[in-house]
Amino acid sequence: MPFPILSSLIALPIVGALLLLFVRGDEENAPLARRIALVVSVLVFAETLLLWSRFNAASADFQFVERYAWIPAFGVSYFVGVDGISLFLLVLTGFLTPLALLGSWESVHKKTKAFCIVVLLLESAMIGVFVSLDLFLFYVFWDAMLIPMYFLIGIWGYDRRIYAAVKFILYTMAGSVLMLLAILSLAYLHKETSGAYSFDLLRLYELEIAPRLQFWFFAAFALAFAIKVPLFPFHTWLPDAHVEAPTAGSVILAGVLLKMGTYGLLRFAFPLFPQAAALFAPKLAVLAVVGIIYGALVAMVQPDMKKLVAYSSVSHLGFVVLGIAAMNTQGVQGAMYQMLNHGVSTGGLFLIVGMLSDRRHTRLIAEYGGLKKVTPRLVAVFLIITLSSIGLPGLNGFVGEFLILLGAFRWDPRTASFAATGVILSAAYMLWMFQRVNYGPVSNEKNATLRDLQPREWGAIVPILAAAVLMGVLPNLFLKPIEPAVNRLVNQVRNGQTSPARIQAGDFRKPSGLSPQYSASSPKP
Amino acid sequence: MTQSLNAIVPMACVTAAGIAAMVAEAFRDPGERMPIAGLGVVGLVGAGIASLLLWNHNASSFGVVAADNFGLFVTWILIVVGLLTLALSGPTIERERLPAGEYYALVLFALAGMMLMATATDLLLIFLALEVLSLAVYVLTGIRRDSAASTEAALKYFLLGAFSSAFFLYGIALTYGLAGSTRLDRIGSLVAGQSLAPTPMQLLALGLLLVGFAFKVSAVPFHMWTPDAYEGAPPPVTGFMSTGVKAAAFAAFVRVFLAAFEPLQHDWWIVLWVIAAATMIVGTIVGVAQSSVKRMLAYSSIAHGGYLLVALLSANDVGKGAVLFYLLAYAVTNLGAFGVIAVLDNRERANDQVQDYAGLWDEHPVLAALMTLFLLSLGGFPPMAGFIAKWYVFSAAIKAGYTGLAIIGVLTSVVSVFFYLRIVVMMYMTPAESPAQFPSVPKVAGLALIVSAVLIVYLGILPTRVLDWAAASISTIF
Repeated sequence: MPFPILSSLIALPIVGALLLLFVRGDEENAPLARRIALVVSVLVFAETLLLWSRFNAASADFQFVERYAWIPAFGVSYFVGVDGISLFLLVLTGFLTPLALLGSWESVHKKTKAFCIVVLLLESAMIGVFVSLDLFLFYVFWDAMLIPMYFLIGIWGYDRRIYAAVKFILYTMAGSVLMLLAILSLAYLHKETSGAYSFDLLRLYELEIAPRLQFWFFAAFALAFAIKVPLFPFHTWLPDAHVEAPTAGSVILAGVLLKMGTYGLLRFAFPLFPQAAALFAPKLAVLAVVGIIYGALVAMVQPDMKKLVAYSSVSHLGFVVLGIAAMNTQGVQGAMYQMLNHGVSTGGLFLIVGMLSDRRHTRLIAEYGGLKKVTPRLVAVFLIITLSSIGLPGLNGFVGEFLILLGAFRWDPRTASFAATGVILSAAYMLWMFQRVNYGPVSNEKNATLRDLQPREWGAIVPILAAAVLMGVLPNLFLKPIEPAVNRLVNQVRNGQTSPARIQAGDFRKPSGLSPQYSASSPKP
Repeated sequence: MTQSLNAIVPMACVTAAGIAAMVAEAFRDPGERMPIAGLGVVGLVGAGIASLLLWNHNASSFGVVAADNFGLFVTWILIVVGLLTLALSGPTIERERLPAGEYYALVLFALAGMMLMATATDLLLIFLALEVLSLAVYVLTGIRRDSAASTEAALKYFLLGAFSSAFFLYGIALTYGLAGSTRLDRIGSLVAGQSLAPTPMQLLALGLLLVGFAFKVSAVPFHMWTPDAYEGAPPPVTGFMSTGVKAAAFAAFVRVFLAAFEPLQHDWWIVLWVIAAATMIVGTIVGVAQSSVKRMLAYSSIAHGGYLLVALLSANDVGKGAVLFYLLAYAVTNLGAFGVIAVLDNRERANDQVQDYAGLWDEHPVLAALMTLFLLSLGGFPPMAGFIAKWYVFSAAIKAGYTGLAIIGVLTSVVSVFFYLRIVVMMYMTPAESPAQFPSVPKVAGLALIVSAVLIVYLGILPTRVLDWAAASISTIF
C-alpha cells in the first residue's frame, strides 16, 4: 500500500493539536506552544510541496486516492483524492497557516496554547474539505471547520467579536443545511436508480438527474457556496467577520475559507447539475459583476483598512465566480489562478494591516499618514503587495484577472466589459488607501516613532512576496498542472448540457437557448 | 415455564437492585455513607449482560413481554442512561442531603418501568409500565422537599401526567371495545384485515392514544409541563427524565403506531406531521428566548422530540433505525449536558442563568470543553453523535418524501445552534465578573462526563456498528 499522503495531511495538524494538549500551563509556556504549532504547520506545508512534486501534471484524474468503507449501509466512504483543481488549494492552505501563526506571534496574548490548537484544527478541516471526494465526508469537514473559526473570531477577535462570530457561524450554517438535504436526496436518488446509497462524487457524476430536480439541487448547493464566497448579496457576514477576527483569522478566512465556496461551485455544483448550471450561470455572472463593482465602490469609502480589504475580497471573488460561470478553459483556469492570487495577496494585506494595528492599535486610515519616512521597509513591502492585489503585470494578480476576462469575453462580452471596470476601480481604492497611509507628512505624532519590520515579520512577509513574484513571472508552473483537470471539468459540464438524451428527457425550461451560449464559437448575443 | 421468564430477567435485575437499595437505606445509620449506588450499578450491569444473552433469541414471557432486538436495544439505551444517572447523581445527593437509598431506589424502579414499557406488547401492560415509571419520576421531581420550585414542578407534572394517563386509558378502552383484545398483534391483524375505511371510533381511540404518547414525549401542544418540571427537578433527575422517559415512551410509541396501527398510517400521518413540525418549531423558537440554562435545555429536548417524531413518521426502515440511534445519541448527549449542570449546581448559587457560565473556561477548562462538546452535539455538528443522528433522521424523512419536514428540521437546528452557542459564548468569550464561584468536580461524575464525551465522539466518527445494530433490531419486529 502506498503511503497515505492525504490522510497524513489531514492527521498531521490534529496530531500537533493533541501534542499541544500536553504542554503544561498556559501563559508561561506560550512560546513553546507557538513553536510547536509553527513547526507542525511548516511540516504540513512541506508535505503539500511534496504532494505537488509527486503530482502527475499531465493527468486529469484524481491522484493519491484513498478509499475505505466508512458507513457501508449508507454508501458512505472515506474517499479522498487530489486533482489539478484541489492541488494548489492544498498548497495554499499549507502556505498560509504558518504565516498566519507568525503574523499573530505577538498580537495573541491570552490563551496562546488554545489559539494554536484551534488554528491547527482549522487547518486540518480545511485540508479535509479540499481532498474529500465523498459528499458526506465533504460535508463533515465543511461543517466541522466552522467550529474552530468560530472560536478564533469569538475569543481572540476585536471588540464586536462575539457578534461577528455568531453571525459567521449562523449565516454559514443556514446556507449549508439545505445543501445537506440536497446531498441526502442525491444519495437517495442514486439508490433509486442503481439500488444502493452512494455519496461517492464520481458515481454521482454519472447520475442522470431530471432537470427539475437539478434546479433545486443546484439552488441548494449554490446557496451554500454563494454565502461562503461570498457572492453579492450574501456577503454581509464577511466584513464583520474580517474586521473582528484576529490577524490569523483574517488571513485564513480570506486566504482559504472563501475559496471553499468557489471550489465547491467548481467541484460539486457545476459538474453535478450541468443543466441547472447552464440556467443559473448567467444569473451568477450578473451577481458576480454586481459584486465586483459594488465591492469596489464600498471599499473605496471605508475608513477602516481591514474593512477595505474585506470589501476588496468581495470584488475579487466576484471575478472568480465570473470565470466559473463562463465555464470555458480560460475562464476556469483564470478563476483557479485568481483564487490562489487572492489568497496570497489578500493574506499579505491582512498581515500588513495586522502589523500596523499591532503597532498603533488602530486600523483607521485617517490615523496614519507619511509612514514612508518612518518605516520605509514596511511601506516597500506594502507597496508590492498592494500592486499584486491590483493586478500589475509581472505580479500574480494580473494573470488571473486577464484569463478570467478573456474567458468571460468569449462567453458574454457585455458581462466582461462591466467586470473590467472592476480592475480600474481596484487600482483606485487600493492606491488611494496606500497614498493616504504612507505618503504625505507625518500628521500624527504617534506615528513618528513606529518600528520598522522585525525579523519575525520579515519571516511572515517574505514568502508572500516570493509567491507573488513567482506566480506573476512563471504562471505556467501553476497553470500546467491545473489545465488537464480544468479541461476535463469543462468538457464534463458541457457534455452534460448538450447531451441530446438529457434534453429530450427533461422538462427543462429553455433547452434551446442555452447550449449555444456555451460553445466558444457561437456568435455574440 | 422457566423458558418463559427469560424476557423479564433484565427488569428483574433492576427491580431487585431497587429493592436492595431500599433495604440498605433502612439499615443505614443516619449520616453513614453507604455505596448504595453500587447496588444499582450491579443491577444494571446484570441487566446489560442478560440483554446481551437474550439478543437474537426473540424471547417472550407471558405472551405480553417480548425481549426482541428492538426492545433490547432500547433496554441498552436505558442501561446507559441509568449508569450515567447513578454516576452523576452523587454530588447533588450530597449537597442537597437527599435520602440516597430512596433516590436510587426510585431511579431503579423508574428504569424497570421504562424497560417494561420498551418490551411490552400489550396495551394494558404498556399502561402499567407507564404508571410505574411516571410515579417514580413524579416523586424524583419533587424529592427536594424543602424547595418550593421542586414541589411545584412535581405537582404540575403529576396533575398533567394523571390527566394524560386518563386519555391513554380511554384510548385503550376504546381499542379493546373495537378489537376485543389489548394485545398489539391481535389489534394489528384486525386493523390490517379490515378492508373498509376506519370507523370514527377507531380514529378516536387512535387519537386518545396519540395524546397519551405525545404528552410523555412532550410534543407540542402537550409540552406545557416540560419546562417547569425540568427546571424544578434536581439536574440529574432532569437529565434522567429527559432521556429515559423519552426513550421508553418512544419505544412504545413506535410499537403501537408502527406495528399495530401501521395500516392506518394513511389516517394518522397528517396529524403527526403537524405535531412534529410544531414541536420542532416551538421547541427551538421558544428556546431562543430562555435565560435559564435548564429551561433552555428543556425546550431543546422538546425540539429533539420533534426530530424523533420525524423519524417515527417516516416509518420506513431508515426511520425506525433512526429513532433508535437518535435516542441513544440524544440520551448520552443530553445526560452529559445535564451532568455538567448538576456538577455546577451550588446551594448558594444555582449557576442556572446563562450569565453564570461566564468564565467557566478559566476555572474549569475541561468541564467547559465537555459542555461545548455536548452542546455542539445537540446542535448537530460533526464529528459528534448528534450530527450522525440528525443525518439519519433527515435521510429517513427524504426517503419517505417528507421533504417539507426535513427542511423545517434543518432550519430549526440552525436556530437551535444559536442558543446552544450562547452558553459557549459565555464560557469562552465572556470573562467572569467575580472569580471562583464554581464548585470542584467530583471524580465519579467527572469520569461519567468523560465517558459520555468519548461515546459521543465514537458514535460520531465510527457509527457503523451501532447503526447496524439499530437496523438489525428493527428488522425483528416490523
